[in-house]
Amino acid sequence: MDVQTLTFIIVGASFLLYIGIAIWARAGTTNDFYVAGGGVPPVMNGMATAADWMSAASFISMAGLISFMGYDGAVYLLGWTGGYVLLALCLAPYLRKFGKFTVPDFIGDRYYSQTARTVAVLCAIFVCFTYVAGQMRGVGVVFSRFLEVDIVTGVVIGMFIVFFYTVLGGMKGITYTQVAQYCVLIFAYLVPAVFISMMVTGHILPQTGFGATLVDGSGVYLLEKLDGLSTELGFNQYTDGSKSMIDVFCITFALMVGTAGLPHVIVRFFTVPKVRDARKSAGYALAFIAILYTTAPSLAAFARVNMIETINGPQATGTSYAEAPSWIKNWEKTGLITHTDKNGDGKMFYSGDERNEMKIDRDIMVLANPEIANLPAWVIALVAAGGVAAALSTSAGLLLVVSTSISHDLLKKTLTPDISDKAELMSARVAAAVAIAIAGYFGINPPGFVGQVVAFAFGLAASSFFPAIIMGIFSKRMNDKGAVAGMISGIVFTAAYIVYFKFVNPAANVPANWFLGISPEGIGTIGMVVNFAVAFAVFKMTDEAPKEIQDLVESIRFPKGSGEASAH
Amino acid sequence: MAFKNEGDQKAYWNENLSLLFKLLIVWFVVSFGAGILFVEQLNQIQFFGFKLGFWFAQQGAIYVFVALIFIYMKLMNDMDKKYGVEEE
Repeated sequence: MDVQTLTFIIVGASFLLYIGIAIWARAGTTNDFYVAGGGVPPVMNGMATAADWMSAASFISMAGLISFMGYDGAVYLLGWTGGYVLLALCLAPYLRKFGKFTVPDFIGDRYYSQTARTVAVLCAIFVCFTYVAGQMRGVGVVFSRFLEVDIVTGVVIGMFIVFFYTVLGGMKGITYTQVAQYCVLIFAYLVPAVFISMMVTGHILPQTGFGATLVDGSGVYLLEKLDGLSTELGFNQYTDGSKSMIDVFCITFALMVGTAGLPHVIVRFFTVPKVRDARKSAGYALAFIAILYTTAPSLAAFARVNMIETINGPQATGTSYAEAPSWIKNWEKTGLITHTDKNGDGKMFYSGDERNEMKIDRDIMVLANPEIANLPAWVIALVAAGGVAAALSTSAGLLLVVSTSISHDLLKKTLTPDISDKAELMSARVAAAVAIAIAGYFGINPPGFVGQVVAFAFGLAASSFFPAIIMGIFSKRMNDKGAVAGMISGIVFTAAYIVYFKFVNPAANVPANWFLGISPEGIGTIGMVVNFAVAFAVFKMTDEAPKEIQDLVESIRFPKGSGEASAH
Repeated sequence: MAFKNEGDQKAYWNENLSLLFKLLIVWFVVSFGAGILFVEQLNQIQFFGFKLGFWFAQQGAIYVFVALIFIYMKLMNDMDKKYGVEEE
């Protein structure tokens, strides 16, 4: 069977599985819809969290990015895993004990302030939309490349599937579907990685193959070979990277803290039965995430060696363009690979200097990898199914936060407090449907800035939610005025910096102009510091939180007496 | 009141904070320390086919992160029992 038929079968089968699960796990109450009735076992919650967290970007783009960035890729590897340590140790157990549905709920109640709640709701909605547009686009790309339908059809199919199980099942449907999606995506990621590791180094585990010698009998380590190739071709050494240390530090920190402050990640810890389970499920989530995140850098290195050798040939003199392998031809059609024969020798050559004749988009590395390594057709089909699973699972989790923010935080808690449970559930479903339609629109007509606003999502979460929640738990006297002033100044500072360098004056976006040499991607770290500083300054000048709030904070600091997550 | 007395409550919280602090130091040292701040010094050391600093940045720190969460979980559950504030 050809690749396309196999892809239809494998992706189609995975869709049937997700729909089947959605029908089995319908939501009956708002509690089911928002937090899956608070009854998800920790291992499953860990898998669901992992699938929720690992987006199309993690699955499709990350290894490619690392493959082009070398050492600097560590900002993503550390940044998107280290945040779970903060979550597990500093946030999850306390928020679970607090026992509410959403992050704005915690902020609004802890700081006894509608202003704080509203600021939090707006941030949550903005962060989630930023994210979800990119996911829908990811679905579109996978469909258009592997099923050869156009991107619009791809996005519409993706929307339909997500609509089905989000609107029907809410958090309950999403959680159980995500468990299945985790299994699909991790299997799809590991199979080609193991194959390639075996081919390049003879190691079954990509994690050890990464540090092993090549199978060609030369006794040269993979990374030595890669460093050598990189230097010859005019790139930085693979294991060195090119960003400044302070920038690497700040980007990593902003991504970690941003991760720990992202509402769709935090809400996951409201779905487990107990505080003990919240701790445990953060551990499982990170373990499941680590399987992919430790494979990615290995895959990145294998892919880079394979790609350079395929294009430049064994003698490193270039290979004939007329006889180029089919993957180059296939990706040329999508415009993600281009070849310009500068010296007119009819050969392709890839390098980091003036000899370079290839333009290769970083996003294709994972998807093209099985083809580059000549793996069987079913592996390629599997990777397509994995990419779709990653995109769908993340979209669903984000859309749920959007719909919850609207129906629960905005309608129930702010505008129409006497709404019935049934009406609230209905409005959550309508909000989810509307959110999917908007996300789909952005997937089909991506605003040019999708890639650039990702820095926003993390920067804003790092500079707003994270400090507010941390102070809410660890400083029981912190008051509403301090928290609100902190959130607003953190967000304004971070947003202004990013907007200036990304939109107002992109030409100035070079290290020489950056504050302390910190790029817009890393500025959330400083935004967080600003938030803490302003919050404490304002707090010192105003009255401390009232007695009953201080008692409330005392009571979330130990597990005993945790109930189900509830609205009141 | 879940605790026997206020002293217990303070002691529990302080013990919790000191555990947090210790684990976060490890968290910082393996990622920001070994993987970023001292990466060049550690890269002088060869660890299998890796430079050690590079290994921490792209592999090692992640394994330590996972271990940290499970260690925290174990120690906190024990501490909850010691103070009698675990969940039924």
